[in-house]
Amino acid sequence: MKLLNQPILEIKDLHAGVEGKKILQGVNLVIRPGEVHAIMGPNGSGKSTLAAILAGREGYDVTAGEVLYEGKDLLELDPEIRAREGVFLAFQYPVEIPGVNSTYFLKAALNEVRKHRGLTELDAVEFLALVKEKMKILALREDFLKRPVNEGFSGGEKKRNEIFQMAVLEPKLAVLDETDSGLDIDALRIVAEGVNKLKHADNAQLVITHYQRLLDYIIPDFVHVLADGRIARTGDRKLALELEEKGYDWLLKHELASA
Amino acid sequence: MIETITDQKVAAGEKADQYVAEFERQKRTDTKSPSWLAPLRRAAFTSFSEFGFPTLQDEDWRFTNVAPILKLPFRPVSTHSRDGLTLETLNQFPFTGLRGSRLIFVNGHFSPELSVIQPQPKGVVIASLAAELMNGHGALEQHLARHARTAGNAFTALNTAFFHDGAFIYVPAGMTVESPVHLLFVSTATETGATAHPRNLIVAERGSALTLLESYVRVTDAATFTNTVTEFVLGENAHVEHCKFQDESTDAYHIAALHMQLGRSANFISHSIATGAKLSRNNITTILDGEGIECVLNGLYLTRGDQLADHHMVVEHVQPRCNSHEYFNGILDGRSKGVFHGRILVRPDAQKTDAKQTNKNLLLSDDATADTKPQLEIYADDVKCTHGATIGQLNEQSIFYLRARGIGLEKARRMLIHAFAGEIIDRIRCEPLREEMDKLVWERLEQSEVVAVGH
Ligand SMILES: Nc1ncnc2c1ncn2[C@@H]1O[C@H](COP(=O)(O)OP(=O)(O)OP(=O)(O)O)[C@@H](O)[C@H]1O
Ligand SMILES: [Mg+2]
Repeated sequence: MKLLNQPILEIKDLHAGVEGKKILQGVNLVIRPGEVHAIMGPNGSGKSTLAAILAGREGYDVTAGEVLYEGKDLLELDPEIRAREGVFLAFQYPVEIPGVNSTYFLKAALNEVRKHRGLTELDAVEFLALVKEKMKILALREDFLKRPVNEGFSGGEKKRNEIFQMAVLEPKLAVLDETDSGLDIDALRIVAEGVNKLKHADNAQLVITHYQRLLDYIIPDFVHVLADGRIARTGDRKLALELEEKGYDWLLKHELASA
Repeated sequence: MIETITDQKVAAGEKADQYVAEFERQKRTDTKSPSWLAPLRRAAFTSFSEFGFPTLQDEDWRFTNVAPILKLPFRPVSTHSRDGLTLETLNQFPFTGLRGSRLIFVNGHFSPELSVIQPQPKGVVIASLAAELMNGHGALEQHLARHARTAGNAFTALNTAFFHDGAFIYVPAGMTVESPVHLLFVSTATETGATAHPRNLIVAERGSALTLLESYVRVTDAATFTNTVTEFVLGENAHVEHCKFQDESTDAYHIAALHMQLGRSANFISHSIATGAKLSRNNITTILDGEGIECVLNGLYLTRGDQLADHHMVVEHVQPRCNSHEYFNGILDGRSKGVFHGRILVRPDAQKTDAKQTNKNLLLSDDATADTKPQLEIYADDVKCTHGATIGQLNEQSIFYLRARGIGLEKARRMLIHAFAGEIIDRIRCEPLREEMDKLVWERLEQSEVVAVGH
């Protein structure tokens, strides 16, 4: 049952690590429908770890806390179930899969998602029509789909492909892990505009980035700074500007002083 | 299976007597063969008697133990019988829907009533070898049993001594056989040790072209033994694509020799797809005996249970400016074993040789094993020879990527395995053949339970 304005995602006191190494140490975050959240933070602070745990990558130990997705325990679901339920991770480093054709892959993925949502599966013709529409959003060339998944794609093409997949799968919660890195200025604008077009009142976006530049295009409602395994500070988009100017050192010292 | 362990106790000496008796019996009954064949058979049999079967001490048989074959009773299937095989049953086998001629062999014997030979241009021969031996086709005396070596090669020697039939294909200079020719070898025997010795000779003269498919299938699950030899002779600038599909019973033994004698600027590509047999061994030997030859040898083996699939290759560069490329992928499940041995021999005159060899093995279970052995022997100085081998598991990152898009674990694994098989299948040039092979491998993967279990 869906409650009015129920959060899409609630992360409560999440502690997690890998091979005994503590990475997340009490992350709290609530994301509601229609919101855009940005996460910034120094290298190695655990941003990708958080994204990976949300998507269900194996190998992480969650030692405390919980994650609710639309009120349900997210962490007990297999990654494919999460995806079908509407969680989407745009990978920081998309994987090349030689021999697996992009069209075949994406059609299989979309139909899994549709089946899960009680929709009919699309046949080849319907799928192609849909995909052509979505390709326009990302200004992608059509030969893209004929190639194996990400194989031989440039860094920027891979990132664009992630957002293209997001456009096709229409997730409820999209986590974009440094989608802006590796994009040239034009591509950044196209990708950001694409992301904006996909936003609506019922879904939400969690955007991980190092650069305030992206946030000129994708306007966040909240900006969080992840440091030392915790959300050290939350603010609006002015926080991103401030960070750009003064760096994390300033913020962390500031936090310490006020603690 | 009716036979029991007692057969395995047959002493080597006793077994040798069996071979001699069978050879003598055949000599008496075979009145139709041309006179030039008898000395070849005799020489082969002498060679076989002298060297005997290989053992694990043999460098070339280090990983493959043929002792179980020796323990089988020696029961050559000496007469042709359709054995109740109907067209309906036949048409259920892969590739029988392909357009083109098909020659059906039941336990090694040609079955004219089940075969379809399309009308061909004058001079093209697509026929039973036994029949053509009686007709006395000129190319037979010149080529049959003249290329594949019997010395030190027990199985080829055995085949030469005992073969009854197989296919003879002759494409005269400048001619093209338009549709693929399918040689279908069906095993219907229910007796343990029922042995077939198919023998094929394919001669493609200067500037001719041919696509040939050899498939080995069965209707029973008996411990049969197929010992087949196929010789190819390609003239200058002949183009041949060859595909061998081995899908025998997982209790059966399958030994195959494939020998190519290639002339100047010939273009030869072969694909060996092995899914069946308890033990299979492909001895592939190629002699690049002319300048500017292109030779590609591909292979894909899919094994599970306690199957063993062995590909043993010798590519001999004799003349300059030839390319030889080998791509072999293995997908190994259960306790099965894949063996790959690739020897590239570059003779002193073979300058500007370009030889490349890769063997990749995908292990789907902890108990599966792969042995891979490249061997480069180079006596010329201006050559490019490379080889590479890998043994690994499915890539976890790829699996996660697929799952993160909603594709289930099982399907993700199958997609990746299929992609790995596709690296070989995609090289098949004949489109209908490639498409059916691809479908077939995909179906096999869908059926494979171990894939489904995952981890
Ligand atoms: N599988 C792993 N094994 C060992 N350490 C790991 C593993 N995964 C992550 N880490 C460590 O955890 C820490 C957090 O990594 P993470 O990738 O989440 O950082 P990040 O904030 O995304 O950094 P960046 O901004 O550089 O992308 C790092 O110190 C990293 O080395
Ligand atoms: Mg990261």
